[in-house]
This record gives sequence, C-alpha cells and structure tokens, in this order.
Amino acid sequence: MLRPANIEELCEIVAAGGKLRLRGGGSKDAIGAPTPDATVVDMRGFAGVVDYDPPELVLTVGAGIPLAEVQALVAAEGQMLAFDPFDHGAMLGGTTGDATIGGVIAAGVSGPGRLSGGAARDHLLGFTAVSGRGERFVAGAKVVKNVTGYDLSKLVTGSWGRLAALTEVTLKVLPAPRERRTLVVRGLDPAAAVARMAEALGSAAEVSAAAHLPDWQGTAVTALRLDGFPPSIAARAAMLPDFTAVPDGETLWEAVRFASPLPADRPLWRVIVAPSRAPGVVAALPGADWLFDWAGGLVWLASEIDPRAVAEAAGGHAMLMRADAAMRTAVPTLHPQPAALAALEARVRRAFDPAGVFETGRL
Amino acid sequence: MSLVMPLPDAATIARRGEIAAAMRAIVPGEGVIDDDDALRPYESDALTAYRQPPLLVVLPETVEQVAAVLAWCHKNRVKVVPRGAGTSLSGGALPLADAVLLGMAKFNRVLDIDYADRVAVVQPGVTNLAITRAVEGAGFYYAPDPSSQIACTIGGNVAENSGGVHCLKYGLTTNNVLGVELVTIEGEVIRLGGRGLEPAGLDLLGLIVGSEGLLGVVTEVIVRILPRPETAKALLIGFDSVEGAGRCVAEIIAGGIIPAGMEMMDRPAIHAAEAFVNAGYPLDVEALLIVELDGPGAECTHLVGEVEAIARRNGAVSLRTSANDDERAAFWAGRKAAFPAAGRISPDYYCMDGTIPRRRLPEVLARMRELSEQYGLGVINVFHAGDGNLHPLILYDANQPGQLEKAEAFGADIVRLCVAVGGVLTGEHGVGVEKRDLMPEMFSEVDLAHQQRVKCAFDPELLLNPGKMFPQLHRCAELGRMHVHRGEVAFPDLPRF
Repeated sequence: MLRPANIEELCEIVAAGGKLRLRGGGSKDAIGAPTPDATVVDMRGFAGVVDYDPPELVLTVGAGIPLAEVQALVAAEGQMLAFDPFDHGAMLGGTTGDATIGGVIAAGVSGPGRLSGGAARDHLLGFTAVSGRGERFVAGAKVVKNVTGYDLSKLVTGSWGRLAALTEVTLKVLPAPRERRTLVVRGLDPAAAVARMAEALGSAAEVSAAAHLPDWQGTAVTALRLDGFPPSIAARAAMLPDFTAVPDGETLWEAVRFASPLPADRPLWRVIVAPSRAPGVVAALPGADWLFDWAGGLVWLASEIDPRAVAEAAGGHAMLMRADAAMRTAVPTLHPQPAALAALEARVRRAFDPAGVFETGRL
Repeated sequence: MSLVMPLPDAATIARRGEIAAAMRAIVPGEGVIDDDDALRPYESDALTAYRQPPLLVVLPETVEQVAAVLAWCHKNRVKVVPRGAGTSLSGGALPLADAVLLGMAKFNRVLDIDYADRVAVVQPGVTNLAITRAVEGAGFYYAPDPSSQIACTIGGNVAENSGGVHCLKYGLTTNNVLGVELVTIEGEVIRLGGRGLEPAGLDLLGLIVGSEGLLGVVTEVIVRILPRPETAKALLIGFDSVEGAGRCVAEIIAGGIIPAGMEMMDRPAIHAAEAFVNAGYPLDVEALLIVELDGPGAECTHLVGEVEAIARRNGAVSLRTSANDDERAAFWAGRKAAFPAAGRISPDYYCMDGTIPRRRLPEVLARMRELSEQYGLGVINVFHAGDGNLHPLILYDANQPGQLEKAEAFGADIVRLCVAVGGVLTGEHGVGVEKRDLMPEMFSEVDLAHQQRVKCAFDPELLLNPGKMFPQLHRCAELGRMHVHRGEVAFPDLPRF
C-alpha cells in the first residue's frame, strides 16, 4: 500500500504506472471484483479543511477527510450535505466511521434525502485531482454557480476512481432543517404505496424523502419525511391527513439508508428505475427481499437471482452492491451498457487514463 | 471585433453547392437554406456584436435526418454548428463561414408527460416556457427559468446549462434534466440517463449538459417537473450601502433560509429601471434587494417575518412586502426590465456574467466603479445575490469608433477581477466565443488539456462547434501523446505500508 503525503508524490505514483486501486477509509473495499494485482493507494494523506465560510454555502476539504468529520463540521454551523451521504461500512460487513468524503464522491453516494435535495453529483462544485496521466488538474470552481468549461465534477462523481484520484473537493452545503417530521401510513401493497408516494410528491406538501418497507416492525410501512421550519411542517402535514407522525423517524430513515432490514447474508442489488416501475420489478422477483427508497426510484433488492433482465425491461439498471468474492468475480458490478455507449465511455476513460492505470478490473 | 474565429476553409466554401445537394437528399423540401438573404437571420445569436452568415442552414425534422446529416458531415469533414433559438449571450451558436448551421427549431413537440414519475419528455426545440405551459394545468412547472424563457429552447438550455433567478433554490438545468437522446458526430444515436434518478455508468449526461454543442446534438430531453409552490411573496428592501445589503443576504442564508430568488440592484440600475417601468422603486437608496419566498402559505408568512427582522437589523431604509401576486409582479418588473432599461439609456450595452464569493461584493463593486472611470464607460449592476452571480451591464455606443473594443476590454477586466477574488468567468451564460480567450485566467494549460481530451473522445476531428469554449484548438493526436516520465526509479522517498 502506498500513502502519498502530497500531490507531487501522488503524481509520481500515477506516472510510474502499473495498476492502482484508490482507497479512502476502505468502507467500500467489498464492492466489486477482488483486485489482487493492484497496488492500493491510500488517499487519507489528503485531509484537512481548506476553506469553510457557511454563508457562502461552500466547503473545500481534502478528499481523504472522514465523512463523519465533514458532517460534524457542517452540523456545528447548522448546515448539512443535502445529498445525504452515508458510510457503507456496516452494509458491507465492516465497521462505520472509515468512509472519506473522496470515497463518497467517487462512489456517488446519496441517501434518502437525495429525492428532494439532489445527488452527490449535484453538490460537487469543483475538485483538484491527479489523472491517469500523472498530472494534477482542477475543474469546476469554489462558487455555487458556474458554467465555465465542461462540468467534469459530474463526470468524476460516481466514476469509482477510474478517471482520476481526487485530492480536494469543493462541495455545496445547505442549511439543515430546523425540524424533521416522519409521517407513515401502514398496510399498503407495493403498487398502492408507490401511487400514494407519487401523489404526495405531486402535492404542495414538499415531501423531502419517501420510502416503503414491506415489513417494518411487523407491518408494511410507507413513510414520508417533511423537513423545514416548524410552522411550515405543521401546514404541510395537514395536507397529508391519511398519514400519522411517528416519534422514531430517524430510526426508520437509517434503516432505509443502509437497507438494514434486508438479510445480510444475501447478495444485495441497487436497482434504479422510474418510480412507477418499482412494483413491477419486485413482482417479477418473488424470491427477493426488498425495500423502496426515493419513492420507488431506488429498489434495494436482496436476491441470489440476477435482477438485471427485470430491471432492464423496466427501463432501469442494477448495480451489485454486496456478494461473496466468487460472485463478485463472475458478475459485473456495474450494469453492462449498450455497445455504442460502452465504447464512448471507454474513450472518455482513456482521455483521462490512457494507459489504464486505474483500470484494475474491479468494476 | 477583437475575437478571431478559426480561418474558414476555402475548399469547403467552394463545395457549398455539393454540400447543399447532399443535405437536400437527407432533408427534403424547405429544410435546407442556402440563399444569401435567407441565411441573414441566422448570422448571429444574442451576442450581436459578432455576425457571420453560415455556409448553409439545415433544419431537420427527425432523429434519422439529424443522424444522417452528422454522419455525412463527419465523413466529408464538414464542420457543424448546432443552434436552438439563438438566444445565447456568449456566442455559442455563432455560425462559421465554412460550417453547416444545424437548426433544431422543428423539434418542437412535447412527447410525453408523466405526472406519476414527475417527468416530461420533450424535443429540444420546445421552448423553456412551453414546458411549464404544457404541465401547469395539472399544477406543475419546469423550474429553471432563464430570462429568455419565452424564446429559448430546452435544447439550448441543455447545451448552456442555463440558470435563472430561481436557481439558488431549484438548481440549474443540469440539476433538472434526467436524460437525453444524443446524436454523435459519427451519426450514432445514444441515450444517456432516463426516467430514473441515476445513470448506469459514467455520468455522461452531466458532461453533456453545459457542453455548449461541442460534444453532440441532443434530439430528446427528459426533464423533472415540480409541483407549483402554493404561494409566493416578495420583499423589496432598500439599503443605504451595498455592504448593508450584502450583510442582509449573508444573514438570511445563515438563518437557514434559501429564498426562491434573491436579486440585488445597484443605484444606477435602480434609477434606469425605475425611469423605464415606474416599478415604484425607492430612488434614494444605494442598493435594492428583491427577496422572493415560496412554499405553503404558512411557511411564506413565517419566513417573511424572519426576513423583515433580518433586514431591519441590517439597516434597511425601506421595506415593502407584496400583498398579492400583482404587487409581487410589480416588484419584479423593474428587475426584469433591467436589460431593456439599459438599452434605453445607452445605444448599446454589454452584459457580463461572472460569479464571485458573495463576501467579496463590496470590493468588486468599488473596483468596477474605478474601471468605469478609467474606461469612460458607464456600468449598471444587477446581481443574483443569493449565488454571487453578477450581471454588470457596460454601457457603450457601437457607432462611436473604439467603444465596442473598450467595452470588451472593460468586460474582460471585470471577468479577470471575478476570477482574482475566487470566482469564475461565467455563472450561467456560457463561455462560447465571448469568454473563450479568457479561459486561461481560470485554467492552466494542463487543466484545459484534460477538458479538451473529453472533446476528443466525442469528436476527434473537432467538427462540432469549433472556435467555441477553447482558446486554442489542439489537434487531438497532439493532446493524446503519452506523458513520458523522466525516470525509472519511482518515488523512493514514499512511506510504504
């Protein structure tokens, strides 16, 4: 394992070539095929807060800083990362607290709040990185509104370290809500739940998160979250008379965020579809355990059977999040793309990494 | 005109008849324009200081035609400039003498509206406002609202990643688009994103939005639609200093409030707007804020109270809150008329678009006043105060020799100033032709090379919209040369674990 202390050392490592697997705290080590031949590059040397001015809504930090540290920093100012990032450690059989902000961005991690708050890609304003050419470069900026040049921030978010090694990220932060209220309705089947969530999201109630769990403490629960100022929440809750407030809302959203109600010993898939297609996906996979986040737009699915054909038929796609090493070696982690798109993606990757330094075979 | 476009290729111009015939074989009827008079309306976009009739105009009606046009141009090495409604303020759709102008205006249909999944599927020539018109009956709207929304098309919005006054709360185009159908320069049709919230692989959709027509031609767009907020209220707040207004803005945001819109005007802008539309603006203030709050009625009432208190604490010298939607519209009337108001007090004006960290506003405005005296040209300032996006309007007279060049030099100095204080060249209008040569102010050669290699991945022959965004067009082969490392002994001093 290599641990560069600064950009110059990182440039030298990358320029020297070979196969490099970028790693923050290792919370996502168990995602993707094992890569025994790759040298791990530990990015945690790039830590530290570079600039944080809360009224500007902008935070610049080293990519290797722990996510928990970033969240504590902004929470102390009454702010938040609105894309609701989380630490995959526990989901993948490890521990919590190791995930870094760079890993969160590289994996494009967004939680239940993403439904209204936008995804990781919507909150990365700019970055510094070392590309596969061993060169330091910057993209984006440190202000909230910018269209100068290609929006490479979108491209690196969720690129899984295959384009460049992020050393510094600038994020948009937002005020944290004064109050959060979770409202539930019990006993809906998947189709009725998705329809009810769609109706609520199409109303003036300004729902910020919406999930459906087929078995939560013994019953099917459809949950909505309202965030904001107390007088506003009271008025919006009144628009949803069939829902009742529950006291332990955060427990429920934690369960949704980590897919923790699903059996930990089954392969875990992350299926993205248009919300209205989610009930059809789970109906076609009767042996699977599942729950819906993002009003149905994200289906967490525990299944030995590959759901990709079903997801594709529903206009969506599936990522393999958790499986034993044999399955991760045999099954591609990311949903395979149509040939023309796959070729274009490969050309874009080569633009940043011509020698394939970051192509470890993991994904 | 101080910006130089790539030298037209005489051989291509000489083949104009042959190219027109090939285009007519693909797009029959009126869809190919090569008559000099008929080309005239296409000679510029909204950056009207630059004009150039195109080689010819092609107006396809189907995806197959777009694919065939691009494939033919690719095979025959003919350049292509895509165009929506031609409202770009940065010259993004400026034609080239040796390029086909590919107008997407005939792609003007709304293909599908799905309220359950809250998406609309539209063709790129549909205007921004037409999307809202198509869904407002059901209580929905499309959030990004560039000021040209009555005319600008969603395809152009995708190319430019357009913003608007509401983007602090609701985001730019990129935050509101879920998918596109894209035709590559080879004529291949691919789909990026879809009706779901995330792509399967690399976020190429995020790359396409804001790529200024350099990477492909969009033939279909899937946008997110939102339920219309129940109510909206606006506050009109006057201050006797820009600093006071700036403190008020910072305190509103620090108070956890993200207004739907938050606009600032300086004294010259207030006077110009008031003289033009009689909006009822106070004339004895140095800065005027318009703060719009939207959401459920109870929320608006609560937040209006909070913002009023913050304004008073920060020395507001006048404060009005809209009693109804008519009054709210009146508060906005002056701000929305700022550009024509500038046109009324000056024969020409040049609109800039830098973004700065908001805390640097007072010094940036002070320096701008010094530059205004130095260049002998007036400037009025309207400002998206919430996100730090400045729109200085430089007043000049193109009929006075040298004034356009002076205005451009003044504008470049303003943009350099924005970058120097930690900001950017363009917040929402795009680089285009206008800020192309200023890109090195923000990016090193290595940074720009990383961007241009993305261009090469999509369009290695550099046929799509050349002369835009990049100050120098390096040949892709030249950019692709491998980085040669100086030594064999790698990182001897590194700690190893």
